[in-house]
Amino acid sequence: MKLALWTYEGPPHVGAMRVATGMQGLHYVLHAPQGDTYADLLFTMIERRGARPPVTYTTFQARDLGSDTARLFKDACAEAHARFRPEALIVGASCTAELIQDDPGGLAEALGLPVPVIPLELPSYQRKENFGADETFLQIVRALARPAARTPEPSCNILGPTGLGFRHRDDVAEIAGLLREMGVAVNVAAPMGARPSDIARMGAAWFNVLLYPETGESAARWCERELGQPWTRTVPIGVGATRAFIAEVQRLAGATAEPDASRLRLPWWSSSVDSTYLTGKRVFVFGDATHAMAAARVARDEIGFEVVGLGCYNREFARPMRTLARELGLEALVTDDYLEVEAAIAALQPELILGTQMERHIGKRLGIPCAVISAPVHVQDFPARHSPQMGFEGANVLFDTWIHPLVMGLEEHLLHMFREDFEFHDAAGPSHHAAHAVPLARAAAAPPPAAGAGSIPGPAAPPEMPPEVSPEPEPAPRGPAEVVWLADAETELRKIPFFVRGKARRNTEIFARDRGIARIGIDTLYEAKAHYAR
Amino acid sequence: MNAPLAPPPARGCRDTPVLKERGQREVFCGLTGIIWLHRKMQDAFFLVVGSRTCAHLLQSAAGVMIFAEPRFGTAILEEKDLAGLADANDELDREVARLIARRPDIRQLFLVGSCPSEVIKLDLARAAERLSVAHAPHVRVLAYSGSGIETTFTQGEDACLAAMVPTLPATDAPGLLVVGALPDVVEDQMRALLAALGIASVATLPARRADALPAVGPQTRVLLAQPFLGDTLAALERRGAVHLPAPFPFGEEGTTRWLAAAAAAFDVPAERFAAATDAPRARARKAVAAAAAPLAGRSVFFFPDSQLEVPLARFLARECAMQPIEVGTPYLHGAILGPDLDLLPEGPALSEGQDVDRQLDRARAARPDLTVCGLGLANPLEAEGLATKWAIELVFSPVHFYEQAGDLAALFARPLRRRAALGALRGQPEAGDPA
Ligand code: SF4
Repeated sequence: MKLALWTYEGPPHVGAMRVATGMQGLHYVLHAPQGDTYADLLFTMIERRGARPPVTYTTFQARDLGSDTARLFKDACAEAHARFRPEALIVGASCTAELIQDDPGGLAEALGLPVPVIPLELPSYQRKENFGADETFLQIVRALARPAARTPEPSCNILGPTGLGFRHRDDVAEIAGLLREMGVAVNVAAPMGARPSDIARMGAAWFNVLLYPETGESAARWCERELGQPWTRTVPIGVGATRAFIAEVQRLAGATAEPDASRLRLPWWSSSVDSTYLTGKRVFVFGDATHAMAAARVARDEIGFEVVGLGCYNREFARPMRTLARELGLEALVTDDYLEVEAAIAALQPELILGTQMERHIGKRLGIPCAVISAPVHVQDFPARHSPQMGFEGANVLFDTWIHPLVMGLEEHLLHMFREDFEFHDAAGPSHHAAHAVPLARAAAAPPPAAGAGSIPGPAAPPEMPPEVSPEPEPAPRGPAEVVWLADAETELRKIPFFVRGKARRNTEIFARDRGIARIGIDTLYEAKAHYAR
Repeated sequence: MNAPLAPPPARGCRDTPVLKERGQREVFCGLTGIIWLHRKMQDAFFLVVGSRTCAHLLQSAAGVMIFAEPRFGTAILEEKDLAGLADANDELDREVARLIARRPDIRQLFLVGSCPSEVIKLDLARAAERLSVAHAPHVRVLAYSGSGIETTFTQGEDACLAAMVPTLPATDAPGLLVVGALPDVVEDQMRALLAALGIASVATLPARRADALPAVGPQTRVLLAQPFLGDTLAALERRGAVHLPAPFPFGEEGTTRWLAAAAAAFDVPAERFAAATDAPRARARKAVAAAAAPLAGRSVFFFPDSQLEVPLARFLARECAMQPIEVGTPYLHGAILGPDLDLLPEGPALSEGQDVDRQLDRARAARPDLTVCGLGLANPLEAEGLATKWAIELVFSPVHFYEQAGDLAALFARPLRRRAALGALRGQPEAGDPA
């Protein structure tokens, strides 16, 4: 038993739903109680889909237990087939149905339906959403894909994009365009956008492009073994990775065409003088392993940040994550407990967080700006505009979205200069980002929202609802109990702009502790400042 | 002096045959009630004993991460808990002890059963007794089930309140007990109205804090603020309390008749009743009239969601001139909803339970002007050209009593106003979406 307050991943059958909902012509019959239908709203509300997920839930009730839940499942299967006429069915159990052991695969098989029926075994009490998506896609590919004659011209499949994926829609468009410019045709992109009949012809591609290892790696490995298709190892997030990806594709396709890089702006945007202020900004990076590792590289090599913390919530990828963290001189944080992530962020006091929606909320509480780089997703992560993370345009998007929460270069200097000015007071925050840094005093003074009184918005509620700002004042001085801030030093500290104050506080405490200073005065503060001056 | 209330319709819906459906249901389970119950009971923690699915449901229903450390969580069962119940109980005791140590502000702990805990027959009532003893007197531990195999959405609140009834102190004093969680601001308005009627002793269940629990006994008169509280009412009746049947306090008429039921039970003189209600009734009528213009003459179709459907349909039909086509509800409690059914003019079909694909077929055939449905159905129906209202907003927003009557009408009117505002701009989802 493990206490969870908020989770990064849903159960494995939600992963299966992400595959089914991304595809067309496929239907999922899920043995599950009525409450599990909540998962539909993830797709209809967060992703704004205009159709219900292709899922039939059996919605068995207590009175059905011990009598005939198996019959219920068979009826649901037969009715789903009759109503939706899918090309193939996937069948499985959610956590509750797993306990009653009705064997959905066997029951569906016994119906003798005229379409392939693919049973899913997803251990709900051991595994999570990403595993569920990866395993479901693998089973579909195994059941349907067959060796085939290669296309005459170079071609590949794109593997991994799913429903409810973080920017999958835009990444696929971006990378398909890149491949086209290189003279490589996309044979099938799957699971998102593919039909079972498309999966069947995957074998015609020369190789596979794996965009999302979390949801597509098992299928890529299977295709390598059974269909003789090599697959790309580089996920093209950032300039360096995109270039390495292009080289990999050229090797696999024997293609010589160079894609058009004239639209790539990140290198100049990063080199131009306004970006000088980004140098060495301390960032904390957390997300799924693929996005977090890519973000750490981009942050260090392409924006000039200093990565002070790095981790992921999916243990399946702990090994490469730890390797990269060591390369950066860090210890990777591999956990799905958001309280641990919050503690790490609070201790490190970074100037920017690159994280998930969970870290965005942590950042709000701690007064640290955050840009979102990874699932779990929120309605905000499905913008109307094209906004990929991958390829050349993706690199441009990364620059814009990561820099946006920060105070601008010249603005930072003005804040220093006029820090006592009423318009530049602490809580004003970046001028272009009004909702950021809600004055803490006001948040603290606001009464807690009334019970049930609109304080609980639906998933599509405005993301910047004031109640999200927890009524807590700025975190109390942290550090060992023996270090005390004297009142005048505390006052002086408050004159330092809010966006560097956390760092100043932390550095001063470390400086004091290292020297056995128990009481921090103004002098200690400025001695520490001189010590840490770069 | 206000106009008298409109007379009931010649024929209401009390005798309308109910279509009972037993197919696929597209509704939340009772765990969802935790989202509002934990806000109402500010010293309570709700610990679901369940699976990752249960945790994910709560997170998805809460929509965004609102609180740093919310006062609800899920003890996620793992493989080894399923293997042996003895171990599961030990694990539960350990998690609870850890939780109580970390959250000294918690005075009430609810162990909330889920489908997995019910299926493996983990006895949470026994666990609650054991843990109550272990953590007395600081924390009281109760158990109820919010599982999807037993409860639908708002029934979770019913199960929670029903579990509290046996712990309420006894009394022989007369008093009014209002049952059902209301937003604090609405509860305060209600108390002011009842005070103006001269009803001195008014208590609420749930109370805001553990030390303010209401007492109950044979002189207790019960008014339900929500229609989904059948089990709680039965438990109170077992303690001797007497139910005051009334329409639910939505809109000017519903609120007036609800208050009238209290007034009759406590012998409030007619002049006093008029003095207390005339002004807010006039305000409510005005507010509804101002908001309801887009609703007049339009048809409405309810998918089952919260059990609020019948009283809301009555409000829309009688005060907003709408025409209900179908009123679907997860469970139709005849005795509790009788007064509302009497007022709902004959015409709409009533359905209980669900077979979602068939109900969608009926809605498509009827092409209602407004469809009230869950979040999983709303955008797909919009994509088919139907205007929708999210049912969940009716549960999460303050909608009871006079001062919210206009807001309630406005909630229904907004989707229609929005359509009018967007005019010819009818968006369609991407072609890539599965049809
Ligand atoms: S329906 Fe059952 S398993 Fe699903 S979330 Fe509700 S209690 Fe948990």
